Amino acid sequence: MTTAADRIDPALRAEALASLLIERGLVDQATMDNFIKTYEQSVGPMNGAKVVARAWTDPGYAERLLADGTAAIAELGFKGPQGEHIVVLQNTPAVHHVVVCTLCSCYPWPVLGLPPSWYKDPSYRSRIVREPRAVLAEFGLELGDDVEIRVVDSSAEIRYMVLPMRPAGTEGLSEEELAALVTRDAMVGVAEVAAP
Amino acid sequence: MGGMQGFGHVRPLTAEPAFAEPWEGKAFALGLLSIRAAGANLHAFRHALERVPPEDYLRDYYDRWLHASQILLADSGILSAEQVAARAARLSGSDVPEPDPPEPHKPQMPSGGPGNLRTLDTRPAFAVGDRVRTTDVHTAGHTKLPRYVRRRTGTVTAIRQAEVFPDSAAHFEGENPQHCYAVEFDSRELWGADAEPFRLSIDLFEPYLEKVT
Repeated sequence: MTTAADRIDPALRAEALASLLIERGLVDQATMDNFIKTYEQSVGPMNGAKVVARAWTDPGYAERLLADGTAAIAELGFKGPQGEHIVVLQNTPAVHHVVVCTLCSCYPWPVLGLPPSWYKDPSYRSRIVREPRAVLAEFGLELGDDVEIRVVDSSAEIRYMVLPMRPAGTEGLSEEELAALVTRDAMVGVAEVAAP
Repeated sequence: MGGMQGFGHVRPLTAEPAFAEPWEGKAFALGLLSIRAAGANLHAFRHALERVPPEDYLRDYYDRWLHASQILLADSGILSAEQVAARAARLSGSDVPEPDPPEPHKPQMPSGGPGNLRTLDTRPAFAVGDRVRTTDVHTAGHTKLPRYVRRRTGTVTAIRQAEVFPDSAAHFEGENPQHCYAVEFDSRELWGADAEPFRLSIDLFEPYLEKVT
């Protein structure tokens, strides 16, 4: 057991590891900074929201997305690590999908970015596969008894993204306006997309 | 962690930046770059995460990544835990000596190409609609058959593309690609007669499955 006395503060551990690796040329500072910048700025749920809005407005695209998620998502330019094989799950009035990784924190990075805290927490990882209805209610999503819940555990290299239902009253909105409504939480399946 | 109890309520859904603190971004980048520096692979990194002592594992997500990076680097003889502790002490102002780095011994495992998707010549042993039972794994190493679905009966709902077998690759024993299946379980098969009604789908490799006749 590590005791509190020999515990290293994580910020200091990060600094120590980085300096040891950089001074031996094993890690390059610019590459490190680039990784951080990419996931802070360029890759995130705004990408997935564009995919969802396209699927809502273009039935041909929706069909391709459900048949081969990876290829349809690449059509919009989104690919990269943790997006080698993406399967899109369609939520309907009858079936609600929700995604988890019980073993670690697997998540479709190219479309959703890095996972939020709650997705990585032991409480979500342990409970969503055992009492999904109770967990979704805690998140504020009360599903009717007639809705079938399907929980999907990402245990291999396939990554999952949920295609949420398009909210009523959004018929007149443009693709861009629709994308602005789509949330990260709805694309994991712990929320629905609310009408504006 | 599937089905473990006692972790309490889920955190509320809030907007949050990718990294709450600058060190978290460093930990993330160091995780990915340590895999390269150690000559390892993503499966070995996940196995390193699983080997982080539980009291450290549960403390913080990106701290766990730092511990796992350090485990991978130590396994490959790139740097030792003593070196990291000494450097941390020096960065905090103590004038402690730094030990020499260990002798590198990076793993050598032939790669079948980038990524983890592979094509197999052998036919999948199971078809969509087959009833399958999961095996009873008690490995000391890495596996992607979670505890809560061991010794359970489900139905194959899709055949996925074959993948590098994590149970082999995490230990540098070769890619050993395997067929992979989406298998669906009824919640009562997993959690008993009083379980909430739902279905659970999970992607499982062929060696984890036996046909139920």
